[in-house]
This record gives sequence, C-alpha cells and structure tokens, in this order.
Amino acid sequence: MKFAVVVFPGSNCDRDMYHAVREVLQEEADLVWHESGNLQDYDAILLPGGFSYGDYLRSGAVAAVSDIMDQVKRQAAQGKPVLGVCNGFQVLLESGLLPGAMLPNEKLAFMCHQETLKVANNRTMFTTEYNQGETVQFPIAHGEGNYYCDDKTKAKLEANDQIVFTYQNNPNGSTGAIAGIVNEQGNVLGMMPHPERASEAIIGSADGIRLFQSLVKNWREAHVVNV
Amino acid sequence: MKKVTVHVTLKEGILDPQGQTIETSLHSLGFTEVEEVRTGKTIELLLNDQDNVEARVQAMCTKLLANPVIEDYQLHVEEALQS
Repeated sequence: MKFAVVVFPGSNCDRDMYHAVREVLQEEADLVWHESGNLQDYDAILLPGGFSYGDYLRSGAVAAVSDIMDQVKRQAAQGKPVLGVCNGFQVLLESGLLPGAMLPNEKLAFMCHQETLKVANNRTMFTTEYNQGETVQFPIAHGEGNYYCDDKTKAKLEANDQIVFTYQNNPNGSTGAIAGIVNEQGNVLGMMPHPERASEAIIGSADGIRLFQSLVKNWREAHVVNV
Repeated sequence: MKKVTVHVTLKEGILDPQGQTIETSLHSLGFTEVEEVRTGKTIELLLNDQDNVEARVQAMCTKLLANPVIEDYQLHVEEALQS
C-alpha cells in the first residue's frame, strides 16, 4: 500500500508520519510537496501535523485553499482514505471536508503530553484493529485543538456514528470531548492526537500503529485478491 | 483606490478565552465597570477601483478571511487616501 504524506511549508510531523509508515508499518510512502504532487498515484493520503503557513489567519486556513487540497477533495470523493492529524485535521476542517472548526484550547496554553483516548467507533477503515470502547495512549501537541461544532452538527455526528475518538479527560474543552471524527462516507478521518507519534513502545506508546494497520488490512481486503 | 477594513469576531455564544483573560486582568487593574471583553482581528485591504468592491470582499471573507462556523465579519469600505 502506497501512502502520500503531503508537505506544506511549516509542516513538522511529516517525517514522523513517513517514519511510522516506512519503518514501523513497512509500507511504501513518499513525502509529497504541496506544489508538485500527483495524489492519484497513491492509495492513501496523510496530512501531517505542524504549523502550515505559520498558522497565519487561522490554523490550516491557508493550506486549505492550496491547489493540492483540490486533489485531496477529488481523491476523497472517490473514496480514497485521507487521514489528517493535528494541523492536518485543522486543514480538513477549514477545507470543509469535515464539519466543525477549531478554537484555541480552553485554557489558552499549548499542550504537549500523552492523553488517554477512547475508541468510540471501531467500525471505520481506520479503527478495526481496536476494540470498541478500548482506551489508548496517544500524545497531543496543540494550541488550537478545542473542537467546536453546533448542536445540530453534533447530533448528526452522533447519529451517523462519525465520532471515532474521544478524550477521557477532555484537555482542551472540545465539544463532546471529541478527539477525532470521520466524514459521512467514513474515508476521511481527522484527529488532534498523534497516532504516528505512538507507533513504537520505545517512544512511549505503540497504540497508534494499529490505526495504520487497520487501514492497510482494510485496503488489502478491498483491493488485493487472495491475501 | 479603496480601503476596506474587515472586522472578524467570534460569533455570539462562542467562548472567547482570550477576551475572558483580558476581562479578568482589567478587573484586577480596578476597571470593575467592564462587563465583557470580546477579541477579534482586523484585516485591512487596499483595492484598485472597481464597481463590485463590496461583493468581491464578501467573497474573500467567505472563502478565506473568516470561518463562518465560528466567526462573523463586518466590512467598512472607504476611499483610500492617496499618498
């Protein structure tokens, strides 16, 4: 399975994502510069964390209107898996691929530590290797991770089972303690915590690698005969 | 030339922790009459003259300058002083 890690000016978790896919997951990956990439050649698209365009205007706002996001939208519409982590999640929200918006953390501080998450939906292509309701350890690292959506949107997310991860101790004030959501089709996941930084026990947690393993397994079952 | 000032503010009902922090600080300085502080941002644009300045800037706001999920915006259009 071939992953594209989209790199914007100011991305800084692109190498972590690349490392997790290449070295831990043992799958193919390329770092794809936002100006030059053709995403059609890849089986999944990863939008990494960081501070694209210096977080100017709003986090993710400038990257959301860059040319490569037109490609991401087209590929997402065709059902290709798209994962946005941290700043990648902010880009997905700003581009309208996922509903809601990010606000500054309730207590305004930038937070960088391990959080306990609950797997709220293990029936997505990103989470089948987890148990429903299982708690996992992922690091967070953000100043604007306070997920906001109005009551109507929240009710819709709940009704469609689009809430994939929630925080056990809501660190940033997110609506419904939401840490990660998928789109209605289930192929675009945005989350603030970092699965790629929880891919090996030596760095504190290996819980995150199962997210990538879920993707690979589900992709193989759908695309490769006789596995 | 036209000068357009865009004021972007958080929608009513959306928590503004920065505003609350400023409010607390003003209270501690003795400005107890302050009932509420809301923060926002100002974006100034200089545009060459055309007929539909306001509509164009509205489009800029919905496409990029403001996020309609959490923000409201107001425009103020004036003649730019030539320097």
